[in-house]
Formats: sequence, structure tokens, C-alpha cells
Amino acid sequence: MNEQDSKRRIKLTETEDGNVLFNVPFPKDLKDLKGMAPIVIKQPYHIDYIHSYGQDSPFFAGLANGKLLGTRCGPCRYTYGTPRLHCMVCGEPCAWVELPREGAVHTFTVCHFGGEEFLGETPFILILVEWPGVDTLFLSRLVGVEPEAASLAWIGMKVCAQFKRLSKFKPTDVYFVPG
Amino acid sequence: MRPVYLVSGGVSKFAKARPDVTFQPMVKEAYDYALKDLGLEHRKAAEIVDGTIASYFSDHFTRQLKAGSMVQDYLGLCPKPSKRVEGGGATGGLAFQSGWESVASGRYDICVVYGWETMSRVNTWKGNEFIALASDVSFDYPVGGFYSGYYAMMVVRHMKQFGTSVEQMALVSVKNHHNALHNPYAQKRMKIRIEDVRRAEMVAWPLTMLDICVMSDGAAVTILASAEGVDKLDKATGRRPRPARVTGVGGGIDAMRMADRPHAEVILLPHEKAEDYEGLKYPGVHSFRAGRMASKTAYQMAGITDPARELDFIELHDAYTSSELQTYEDMGLCRYGEGGKFVEAGKPFMPGLDYGYRFPAQGTIPINPSGGLLACGHPVGATGLMQAVFALWQLQGSIARHFGNDRLQVKNARRGAIHSHAGTGTYVSVSILERAF
Repeated sequence: MNEQDSKRRIKLTETEDGNVLFNVPFPKDLKDLKGMAPIVIKQPYHIDYIHSYGQDSPFFAGLANGKLLGTRCGPCRYTYGTPRLHCMVCGEPCAWVELPREGAVHTFTVCHFGGEEFLGETPFILILVEWPGVDTLFLSRLVGVEPEAASLAWIGMKVCAQFKRLSKFKPTDVYFVPG
Repeated sequence: MRPVYLVSGGVSKFAKARPDVTFQPMVKEAYDYALKDLGLEHRKAAEIVDGTIASYFSDHFTRQLKAGSMVQDYLGLCPKPSKRVEGGGATGGLAFQSGWESVASGRYDICVVYGWETMSRVNTWKGNEFIALASDVSFDYPVGGFYSGYYAMMVVRHMKQFGTSVEQMALVSVKNHHNALHNPYAQKRMKIRIEDVRRAEMVAWPLTMLDICVMSDGAAVTILASAEGVDKLDKATGRRPRPARVTGVGGGIDAMRMADRPHAEVILLPHEKAEDYEGLKYPGVHSFRAGRMASKTAYQMAGITDPARELDFIELHDAYTSSELQTYEDMGLCRYGEGGKFVEAGKPFMPGLDYGYRFPAQGTIPINPSGGLLACGHPVGATGLMQAVFALWQLQGSIARHFGNDRLQVKNARRGAIHSHAGTGTYVSVSILERAF
């Protein structure tokens, strides 16, 4: 076997998955390449993150146990409707507190579109919940009202927290209903 | 700090998709325009440019880490120093200010700031998902992450608090899409009426498709220089540049989760009094505290005490009609709560254009004469730089040369502002530009 033949025998294994195009038009004159349409291919990308909730983890454990938790600053008593473990006002550590199940709609929207992950759930209602004596708000979903009936009258509506029986360890383990 | 001048700029026409090029040649289109407008040839530029700032937002959209160095090599600017600046929707405005810092500090005499985004590489709804990753991924994103939804919640509270109407918001859409009719760089050029905005498909109540800007592919470039840099350019081209001086830079930031924002007191501008806002809880979710902070610090530096009188025009971040209206207030063009009345009076419209409506005070301070993000598009890393380029052309009086007509030229414009804004008002930058020739 001559050297040329042995080189031809060395080959990278080829597969037929991914983008397979058996024939691509190509001009004889390289000058024509400037007029070529772009090649556009599909490039999949999938990642599973190992996401730690870190210091916020007790919030999610709370949801799994039917408790909505916020935090309160020891020294200045500033109370967070969405937990923060250090106070934005005085910088001191905050303690966990249980929030009332009943709150009120501070503001809302009805999403008729959304990110790809949530498109199948449209229309859905987002609300920011407020509580008396709690200094910050909480983002959640409102169910049990007609999305098409959206109106400013919804602001101030009394709402009550409900918990999913099957926890997914996401903030949507809690949602709100009127009343 | 030394004086810093904006000497030239270029913009690639923003489009829904640019599959014909990867991001590097798109930036080169804007870069070549900026050089040509100065009369500076490529080799000379590569010799006298001291360094660059790369402005791009999302590694998800690009699916390419360290894309900035690929632009630097495509432009032939290696081995000059460069760095990337990123801050969501405000990326362009922040990068522009980073360029200013590089020159003001004395590090560079000539600094190129280039920005781009290629958002067409995923479908629109995946794109919305990527953008929503710029909200807290533990507490906000999983609830239904959608930026149009977040802004809708903010303006719903504004409506409740101040009586702002959807028709007032729609007027912003009428104005910006109409202005764009005369801007060849704009993507959406339309004569529309309030009813068209309200009849358009609902996206997040009360915002419709015509209240919201579109994702785009595009690039923009600005060239900043010290007085010494201007002299170098003069020498290299044999032509005196017609620059704008950057007389004020301001910035602000607010909590990522809007739920966390305080309900306290208004940050006052020099022409406002505490009594104006008695009982108003601020910023809550109805106003952008970062926008107020950015305006206040930029005005302070530029010596502006009454912005509505002392600015000739503003290019501001109108990703939503609602956020343009809210920004009038943050920037002190009217009091908090009066943004709706401000647009209804016609103040932010161009004087002399027929929008199909009669206004009592049309054109007192044109806002987004270019058509803004609503009409030009919002390729994130390019947007804030596009504003700087359009502002420079206004101050040069060169709109006719660049747009092919002078209908959007603000007459005798001497001082303007650009305003760049990231997700729900997290990062905001304001820069003041003044004619300097």
C-alpha cells in the first residue's frame, strides 16, 4: 500500500444526525459567492442548572408546608413581603416571619403573551400583593377572576393565599384567589 | 477631569433580522459610517484610536462568550485595549459613559464605543424568555417572567395613582411612529391614530402591540475624544470635526425586584418643592427612582436647573409608551403624575409636523424626534449609542444630510439629553450633550 492510499483509509467517523444536507449549490465563479443567501441552521441548546436558593431556601420550605414567609429586620423592624436576609435600610440581618394569608392587590396585569416557557398558560394574571404593616410587596399569580374583565377596580381587591398540594419548590407554589 | 467630545457616529439600519451577516460586519457598517463622516480612513483610525468599549447585553442571544473581542478584531483594532460594558437595556448608555470616563480620566484621547445586539437568532417568545432572565430567577422569573407584564403592572399603578389614561399613552405611540416616517433608519414608520393603538392585539393589559418596541438586529458606534484627540483627528483628516461636548453624565439604579422598592419620599430636582408631593409614596412601582437619580446627577454636572426650559430635545428610552410617559416625570419635564397631561398638550411632539391632532402647546421640547425605540427598534447593546448618534446629528444640524430630509431637525438645537434605561428601571443613565463648535 502506498502512502497516498493509507492516508485515505484514515477517516473521522461520520454520522447522519444534526443538520444533514447532501448537496449544496455552489457557483463555478467565486465572485458569485458574494450574492449567496445565508445558510441558517438550527442550533439546539439545553442546560440543567443546579440552582441553589441559598439563604432564601426556607421560603420554599415554607410554601411546601402551607406557610408564606417574609423577613423582618431586627433593629429597624422594616418588614419584607419578599424575603431578604439582610435589611436594605440598615444592613442588619433579618429574621423569618410568617405573612398573613390575606392581603390586597397593589397592582396587576393580564399577560396575553409571555416568555416561551409560559406561553401555554396565557392569559394569566400577575399581581403585586400588599399587606398592612409590611413595607414591600410580593409578586404572584391571581386566579379565579375573569382575565377579560381586567379593570383598575381590581386594585385594592382582598386576596387570599392558597398553596399547591404538590410543591414544585418554585414561587408559584403559592398563588392568590379573591376573598 | 478633561472635557470630552462626541465627534462622530454611525448606525446600521435596525431590522427584525439580519441573517445576511454575523454581528461583526454589522458593527463594521456603523463604524465605517462614523469614520467616513469624519473623513478618517481605516488605517489612520487604527493608528490613532487609543481604545474601545464594547456594548452588548445578552450572551444568551449571541450564544458566543467574549463576542467583544471578535468585533475588535473584525474592525482591525487589535491589539488596542478594550472592555465590555453590560447593564441590560441601559447597556448602550452605560457604555457611552464608560467611553466618557476613559477620555475624561486622561487614559485615552480617542475612544470608540461600539454596540450591537442580534436578537433574531431565537424566536420572539424565546427572546422574551431571555429578557425575562433579567429579573430575579428565584422569585420573579418563575411566576411568569415577561417584561411587558412587569411594565404593565407599573403603569397600572400609575393609572390608579394619577389618573393616567391608555389614550395618553397611545399618543406617545402616535408621535414616535409618525416621527419615524421621516427617519430612514427607523423600522416602523406609520401614521396611526389613538384608536389603532387601542385596537392592536393586547399583550399585557393595558399595553398593546403598538405600545411596545420590537426586538431587532442592529449596531451603533460613537467616537469620543479629548481636545487633544479632536486636534489629532483634525490633523489626520484635514477637516475640523463638528463635535458635541458631553457636559453631564448621571446614573442611578434600583432594586431588581420591583416588589422591594420603597414607598417613601420623592427625590427632588432643583425646580421642585417637597410640598408638590405631599402624601405621595415614592417610587413604589409607579415611577423610576433610578431615572430620577440619573437625571438629577446629570443636570447637576451640566448646571441645568429647569430641564424643560434648558434642554432643546431628548432622545429617551421608550421601550414602552408607558415608560416614556413615566420618564417625562423622572426627568423633571413635568411634575410626577402629570406625564399624561404633558403628552396630551403636545409638548413632546415635533413642532411643525401634522400628526392629525391639534395640541395647545405642540413641540415645546421634542422627545424622541427620531421615533425612539418604539419605531427604530431596540437591539439592546446598540440602542443607547443610537440615541447618542441621533443627538449628535441634531446638535450638528446635520439631520438633513443623514436622514435625507430636515423634517426632524430640531431648529438651532444647542443642548440635548440622552436617556438609557434597563429592565423596570434598574440601571438608568442620562447624559447631556451640547454643541461645541
